[in-house]
Amino acid sequence: MSDAWQWLALIGLGAFHGVNPAMGWLFAVALGLQEGRRGAVVKALPPIALGHALSVLMVVISFTMVQLVIPPDLLKPATVTVLIGLGGYRLVRGYRHRVRVGMRTGFAGLALWSFLMASAHGAGLMILPLLLGMLAPAQLMALSLCGPGAEMTGMIAALGSAAAGLAVVLVHMAAMLVVIAIVGLVVFETVGLGILRRGWVNFDLVWAGALIGTGIGLLLLR
Amino acid sequence: MATWTPDPSFYPSPRMAMQAPPERLAYVAMLNTDTDARPDALGVVDVDPGSSGYGRIISRLDMPNVGDELHHFGWNACSSALCPYAPHPHVERRYLIVPGLRSSRIHIVDTKADPAHPKIAKVIEPEQLAARANYSRPHTLHCGPEGIYVSALGNGGGNGGGPGGVFLIDHETFDVLGQWEIDRGPQFLSYDVWWHLGQDTMITSEWGTPDMIEDGLNPELLLGAKYGRRVHFWDLHRRRHRQTIDLGPEYQLALELRPAHDPTKAHGFMNAVVNLKDLSSSIWLWHRDGEQWAMRKVIDIPAEPADPDQLPPILKGFKAVPPLVTDIDLSLDDRWLYVSCWGTGEMQRYDVSDPFRPKLTGSVRLGGIVGRSRHPSAEGDLNGGPQMVEVSRDGKRVYFTNSLYRSWDEQFYPEGIKSWMVKLDASPEGGLSIDERFFLRFDDGFRGHQIRLEGGDASSDSYCYP
Repeated sequence: MSDAWQWLALIGLGAFHGVNPAMGWLFAVALGLQEGRRGAVVKALPPIALGHALSVLMVVISFTMVQLVIPPDLLKPATVTVLIGLGGYRLVRGYRHRVRVGMRTGFAGLALWSFLMASAHGAGLMILPLLLGMLAPAQLMALSLCGPGAEMTGMIAALGSAAAGLAVVLVHMAAMLVVIAIVGLVVFETVGLGILRRGWVNFDLVWAGALIGTGIGLLLLR
Repeated sequence: MATWTPDPSFYPSPRMAMQAPPERLAYVAMLNTDTDARPDALGVVDVDPGSSGYGRIISRLDMPNVGDELHHFGWNACSSALCPYAPHPHVERRYLIVPGLRSSRIHIVDTKADPAHPKIAKVIEPEQLAARANYSRPHTLHCGPEGIYVSALGNGGGNGGGPGGVFLIDHETFDVLGQWEIDRGPQFLSYDVWWHLGQDTMITSEWGTPDMIEDGLNPELLLGAKYGRRVHFWDLHRRRHRQTIDLGPEYQLALELRPAHDPTKAHGFMNAVVNLKDLSSSIWLWHRDGEQWAMRKVIDIPAEPADPDQLPPILKGFKAVPPLVTDIDLSLDDRWLYVSCWGTGEMQRYDVSDPFRPKLTGSVRLGGIVGRSRHPSAEGDLNGGPQMVEVSRDGKRVYFTNSLYRSWDEQFYPEGIKSWMVKLDASPEGGLSIDERFFLRFDDGFRGHQIRLEGGDASSDSYCYP
């Protein structure tokens, strides 16, 4: 896969996460309606995007650390297993919401809520196949920045991985933020809540399918 | 059980729910007074004016055991599933959760395959409720953000004592998830439970522990001001007690809670059944006062003087018939409050556009301890009085039954209540009129209690958006 495609896929995933009402735009709309002003919608978006990004970041950090210690030929099967496993679990068990955050919450509460929702849904896991393809090039780039004669050490590999991971998280967050801002504001301003009754398809099923699909895709990718 | 798009009977806002198609079926809890012989039942009533069976029971689902004392009930899921912080909009409003108030047995009734002929899907036994939540006597229930919330009058020890409280049932598996409270504070007596989703606040009221109510209204406890008179405010998400408001010792039986449906409004109404000084009933308004909640009395309904010969033993000494306001209901637009005067046999309608200053705009009399007011389509006097009242989503139709609670029925109507269900038409201007085509007489032995309307009604759903 080329670099451009990887970044486009990353942006697409950000958009997919953002379009799901349960990932936050609906919460922002609800707060806007509660206060009766657009500003409340806008104000709710950054913490929601931040919480989502932190959840993705956790997965990225865990993954980059894991890939430093486990053999490369095990990395892919392990990732595939986790993705399909979580997707299957969600398909069978559904989702439970035990989130202690309510309508009168502030910045920290929204970020926490978003973090927990993204984590429970396995948002970060969907990014792993992309990350898998980006780590080695990023590590090589880190090595080349050290100048001629440098050797690939654990430190340089980690630096490369960190840079790639951070870029992935930031791009994903930016895409997600743009989408929740557009959808949230359009629903708040023009479309109205009627869309929830007809247009809110079962994202839980789509999401579980996406996790399984990502796992299968990774399996087939060479 | 998950659907591809949300259940069509879920509405983001009360305004949208008011535009919903009218109900065609009503479900009614039916208490059987011949308890040793036959079980209680859930009745299905045809409320489609265009149907030949209009105003009649078209089917009856008998419970599997005798002696449940069916009372209040509700749906497994409703519009609150669309709430943004805990969305699960692809569950279905499909199961009626029907507790037995005396047996503590909870029936899960499936209405999907044939809404006119529902079937029992599961039964939660009292032992399971006691083991999982340490409660008994399940009373009021609401579909909410974390599942099904049920208030319970008694503890799980089987001794008829308290504390009562709230427990949760999973809305898909129907497992009892456990006690809701993390910190109950001074709350001990239990009755109703509801919430302001926009304020993250749960509210509970007080009746009494099972041993205070099951053998009838105890005059000693009543005159000693031992029945419930307090309202509790809770943090809905942290599950902690926050505030208690005491109505004062003369106000007894703080019962139904009807919060405004619009989540941006921070007020609601509660009825206190009897004032010990003059037997009046009162309606109280709670509202936000800074960070706290405050309550004030906004309606007083006086007792009516009566000849002691016409009164049951418990009232003879007072020479008056108390209104006994035992139920209230608030229309989805938060404009109209309906008040059941079970003693005087009057259904009142108030305009509560300004909740601090309600205006009486309509009234209908049916039954009553002394009045015995008649229905145009029924022969003879009626007894019992307006009790469990339910308002349609669009606010145009008002249904009610006439029985309160078996042992209490016999004290105020010692001849035994002959049970009926009626429908009123509510005009947009504030008037109330009897629908002459709708008079349902329950079979001998059955008494109608709470009514739930197909697809939701004014006291079943909660909304997160204005």
